[in-house]
Amino acid sequence: MSVRAFILTALLACTAPLSVAAQGFGDLGSAADESFAVPAPDPVFDFPADHGPHPDYRIEWWYLTANMTGPDGTAYGLQWTLFRSALAPFETQGWDSPQIWFANAAVTTPTAHYTSERFARGGTGQAGVTAAPFEAWIDEWHMRGPTFETMQLRAAGPQFSYDVTLDAQGPLVFHGDGGFSVKSEQGQASYYYSQPFFDLNGTLTLPSGDVEVTGTAWLDREWSSQPLASNQTGWDWFSISFDAGEKLMGFRLRQADGNYYTSGTWIMPDGQTTALPNGSFDAEPLETANVGERKVPVRWRVRVPDFDVDVTVAATNPQAWMDMAVPYWEGPVMVSGNRSGIGYLEMTGYD
Amino acid sequence: MTTTGLSALLSHWRRNPLQLFTLVAGLALATALWSGVQAVNSEARASYDAAAATLGEGQYDQLLPAAGEDIAQDTFIALRRAGWLVGPVIEGQMGAAGARVRLVGIDPLTSPGGLGPVAGGTITLPDFLEKRPVFANAATAAKLEGFIDAPIVIEPSIAPDTAMTDVFLAQQLLDAQGRFSRLIVATEQPVGRSPLAQIAPALTRRAAQGGSDVGRLTDSFHLNLTAFGLLSFAVGIFIVHGAIGLAFEQRRSMVRTLRALGMPLRRLIALMAAELLVIALVGGVIGVCLGYIVAATLLPDVAATLKGLYGAQVSDTLQLRPAWWLSGLAISVLGTAIAATGALASVARMPLLASARPRAWATSRGFMRRFQMVTSIGLLVVAALLAIFGEGLIMGFGLLACLLIGAALALPLLLDGALRAASSLAQGVTAQWFWADTRQQLSGLSLALTALLLAMAANVGVSTMVSSFRLTFTGFLDQRLASELYVSTESLEQAKAFETFAAPRTSEVLPLLSVETELAGRSAELYGARIGATYRENWSLLASSAQVWDLVADGKAVLVNEQLARRADLWVGDDLVVGPQTTLPIAGVFGDYGNPIGQAIVSEPLFATLHPQIRATRFGLRTDDPSTLRAALIDDFGLQGQSITDQAQIKAFSLGVFERTFTVTAALNVLTLTVAGFAIFMSLLTLAGMRVPQLAPAWALGMTRRRLGQLELARAVVLAALTAGLALPLGLALAWVLLAVVNVEAFGWRLPMYIFPRDYAVLGLFALCSAVLAAAWPARKLSRTPPADLLKVFANER
Repeated sequence: MSVRAFILTALLACTAPLSVAAQGFGDLGSAADESFAVPAPDPVFDFPADHGPHPDYRIEWWYLTANMTGPDGTAYGLQWTLFRSALAPFETQGWDSPQIWFANAAVTTPTAHYTSERFARGGTGQAGVTAAPFEAWIDEWHMRGPTFETMQLRAAGPQFSYDVTLDAQGPLVFHGDGGFSVKSEQGQASYYYSQPFFDLNGTLTLPSGDVEVTGTAWLDREWSSQPLASNQTGWDWFSISFDAGEKLMGFRLRQADGNYYTSGTWIMPDGQTTALPNGSFDAEPLETANVGERKVPVRWRVRVPDFDVDVTVAATNPQAWMDMAVPYWEGPVMVSGNRSGIGYLEMTGYD
Repeated sequence: MTTTGLSALLSHWRRNPLQLFTLVAGLALATALWSGVQAVNSEARASYDAAAATLGEGQYDQLLPAAGEDIAQDTFIALRRAGWLVGPVIEGQMGAAGARVRLVGIDPLTSPGGLGPVAGGTITLPDFLEKRPVFANAATAAKLEGFIDAPIVIEPSIAPDTAMTDVFLAQQLLDAQGRFSRLIVATEQPVGRSPLAQIAPALTRRAAQGGSDVGRLTDSFHLNLTAFGLLSFAVGIFIVHGAIGLAFEQRRSMVRTLRALGMPLRRLIALMAAELLVIALVGGVIGVCLGYIVAATLLPDVAATLKGLYGAQVSDTLQLRPAWWLSGLAISVLGTAIAATGALASVARMPLLASARPRAWATSRGFMRRFQMVTSIGLLVVAALLAIFGEGLIMGFGLLACLLIGAALALPLLLDGALRAASSLAQGVTAQWFWADTRQQLSGLSLALTALLLAMAANVGVSTMVSSFRLTFTGFLDQRLASELYVSTESLEQAKAFETFAAPRTSEVLPLLSVETELAGRSAELYGARIGATYRENWSLLASSAQVWDLVADGKAVLVNEQLARRADLWVGDDLVVGPQTTLPIAGVFGDYGNPIGQAIVSEPLFATLHPQIRATRFGLRTDDPSTLRAALIDDFGLQGQSITDQAQIKAFSLGVFERTFTVTAALNVLTLTVAGFAIFMSLLTLAGMRVPQLAPAWALGMTRRRLGQLELARAVVLAALTAGLALPLGLALAWVLLAVVNVEAFGWRLPMYIFPRDYAVLGLFALCSAVLAAAWPARKLSRTPPADLLKVFANER
């Protein structure tokens, strides 16, 4: 999902106290600097090292979303994301580090959506990732554990915090061709794998009090150096866990000419995957909601004919707007139709 | 009809260009002084705001290290990792001597929003982090040129003499790797943080200042300027009022004729108002231009003053601000409206068939007099009450306002009384006529005389204050700069060697030890003093307890300066916290003029315990033979010549700062007096034209025109002398208020008041001369009035 790269760069561009025209920042993503490493086909991953950062690649993230329920059956969602963006392909131990870290956290209830964000510079110890024992952190937020399979996850904002345990119930899942995920006809690609099989339990602290929750979580790992095509205006990304045990990741890249490019992965309960090429996954908006002044599609028809999927995906809380440096929509969804399940939806380009 | 009416109205100005000039000049002067002062104020405020915004002091809480220390990077990381959203700041001085620049390094990623340079959107975050440009305004950038390799970006919003850059570069340039000066606390913090005392017990949290610190400190100074501007404006408006009143008076017959010809009153009034609006705008534009010149001329001195008095950095180049332009024009129009309302109303009320004979423009009205008297007495009583019970700077200015307005209102009454007394004593027809006629003219001149009174009183008051200050200050410098030589050494080792070297060659070596800290909740300086003969003999204290020097020398007491004592409401006997677990009684309060912030002095050994990391590298030396000692220091000890400063140099420098401080006041003083002189001149000139009917009978009875002219001149002198006589006590009262009330609030020190009779005499002489000069031309004009004009008075049944 190199789409998220755009979030990162755009966020960096706009959040900083320096007011910057977003297009001015586009230069960062251009192929001007050839010294960054570029993903190549047939990757051989080296774990646990590859759970850690790859400073010689331009962009990288640890991206976790979770669907949970409280004691009374209320549905909750949470998000924990840590981005790394490099201005140069190396790391130093000091304030001259070219590595920039950025994180987002959110908790979504059926009626409320709490968010927070953090920034840090690499090399100072304020943020970073170590592979073994695994720890990804920024400020007091962390995702850490003895291995990548069992971890503690914590984040806090002015109105909320959460502290939950993650316990992997299945293997890592590799997208595209063994983790080499081609993104466009122009050949842009990334290394991309997920751990979609986490069981989760822990505590959400909300303004109304603590809530004990249990549920499942999905962690994406991706790194690359290649930017998006310039004609892409936004995207819609789905991660769905069906009740029967299968999982689906799919996204739709919208283009300025009205067409879109899709891609996805069908994941069997045992972790076996099938890549879904352009057109095999399809999503079409059914209904929009007014979020502030914007119209955001919050009910979708999602189809994957090859796997007999024809479902309606609806936001648990249509107001799950990430009103931050660069705003976007991200929240938990309910899935119904010829299959049922839960999942997460991320949409950009609607602001 | 409108065109004809307008041309008839305008023909008046064509026939009386002098009147038009008076009107426009009065407006321009009033606007110029007012808007000049406003421009200076707004420039200074913009500088403070820029500084506060650049440094984030106004908006955010801060975490500060203990006095004299800094914050380690580990502490910052520990705070962040405990959930404290803080942004690091490193700051320090760099650049050449005499062109020091405050370098501020921030981390754009953790600084709370809104902090940091905004270079019109041309610098992106990656550029900021990778290229690490230094942001500064044009003047500062010029100073930095050649001192740093980094690209310099001109950013006008950065505070003067301040440069901003990334924290990494700033640490490099300041040689402070891994260190921070302070941490800025973001407004919104996450839930579930550990308390500060657990993570960083050495840091203290200082609450946001709610606006800039310097801004509040300097408020009094700007209020001072504003008051001066307002005074000048009022004087200018007197002129405008006089000119408009006269012009309308003279056009009464024209108004009657126009209305008789069928022009509706409403349209006539509208035309006259439109005419005045145009004049007001023209006067306003000229005034704003003049104001710009005034402001641009004064600003460098104001900047120097603010730096000297408050340590505030103010840009010394003026920027054109639209708000200021518009307010200048608005004040001109408003002033005209105030001055013209009465005249327009009287035209509106004038019956069509009434005689067009100018109503005695200068008649005395019984009711108005009583009202004026009551108001005046009331205001003076309020002033007295404020002087006794009032507190605070605003009260001080309230007192000033009541005093001045009350006195201004009382002036015509007092003059009238004096003239009445004179006329009752007068012998002979001519003398009696002279006094009676002078009384008759009083109300026509009273506005101009009031202006003179205010200007003179302000002059007496301010010059008394400045001179008193100068006397006190020079005495204070002699006391404070007791050491004959001042030496700076380059390192601690050199300092140690120096002390050993100098001890046998001097009567006393006084180390200069100081640290910036907080005392009584305010930023202040703590000094360590080697209490010896110099302190005991030279220092006179404003208030002290018994054995003050012994107590301080033993580390059992502390001395504080007057500023700290007054601002924190402390005095001898009160306790002051000078360090952790160290609270000492205040044994004495010393005068400390020209210093913006609070100061406390403890003994050298106590200072060493409180701040062991600070050692003296600068010393004062007592000696009877400075030149021999100086030679020995250079030749035998090997000091550089420029490391030694002698007393005279420092005194000259300090006095220089002092003189600049009051340049502004002096300049405004002169301008106000000029305006007042102009007001008298204009009033007399206009009166001269109107007085022909009154003088004609005197001429007809045999008085020569020459004699009449001489009497006119004498009248001006008498009135000016009386006014000057009244201005003196008013000025002294003003000086007292400035010294005992306003200064204490504004600067934190109270000064003894000295009287300078010679200065007052000179000033009085100036006032008389200006009155004579102002009266000369009108008197000459009267003495040259053709007999035919005088005869016409009897011929024309007006």
